[in-house]
Amino acid sequence: MSSMLNVFTIAGSALNAQSMRLNTTASNLANADSVAGADGQPYRAKQVVFQATPVAGAEAHGVRVTGVVDSAAPLRLVYDPANPAADGEGYVSMPNVNVVEEMVNMISASRSYQNNTEVMNTAKTLLQRTLQIGQ
Amino acid sequence: MKALIDNALSFHQTALNLQAHRQQLLASNIANADTPNYKARDIDFRSALQGALGERLGPLALSTSSARHLPVAGAASLQGYIGYRTEFQSSVDGNTVNMDAERAAFAENSLHYEASITFINGLLRGMQSAISGQ
Repeated sequence: MSSMLNVFTIAGSALNAQSMRLNTTASNLANADSVAGADGQPYRAKQVVFQATPVAGAEAHGVRVTGVVDSAAPLRLVYDPANPAADGEGYVSMPNVNVVEEMVNMISASRSYQNNTEVMNTAKTLLQRTLQIGQ
Repeated sequence: MKALIDNALSFHQTALNLQAHRQQLLASNIANADTPNYKARDIDFRSALQGALGERLGPLALSTSSARHLPVAGAASLQGYIGYRTEFQSSVDGNTVNMDAERAAFAENSLHYEASITFINGLLRGMQSAISGQ
């Protein structure tokens, strides 16, 4: 396969990975105040794990999301005795989502996404020029 | 018999081939800008081109990760010309991609690629006008 076509595979894998990262960020921000998740426990912030993965027949590497892990940060305790989810001492366990961190993550992911679409556009232009050789 | 046009084109063909490979490596650096412990890589273009021209390199070798993969006949490997970038600023996660440098190199390499295509087009146009005898 042409090496220029590999650029699409590489940038495509990065787009995929960055959009997954954006997805988890959206999920974290949406659930920043979810006292109970699907399992009845407070929501825990999710983070994606990126790994460089070789592209077939090339020295270059694409990106792969190897997993989505729960953040190990401690849950945020809020004193609110009136809340039905409060424990015996009146504290409610809130999700360990750090909203500032998530916003930074979101911006970083969207910039990386943009970078990779630029890469794809450039590769597309170059391939088109290549196809027009001799015309 | 090696035709005149073959000789004229082989330099640009080799350069184009290398530029396409470099583009791929740079794309890989940009794609892995957020991957922990990824080390940015690039081709030493000058020596790779000299090596490629010296060996009259045909197709570039595919990397084989298994003993059952078939090698490309007569192919030369670029492996020896690929190096790791020296980092300007170290990051906590061990990633050495400097996005500014990568974007600049990517744009530069695209221009070089287009230049090679322009040269090839010019050569072909020259040959065309020579054979049409006008």
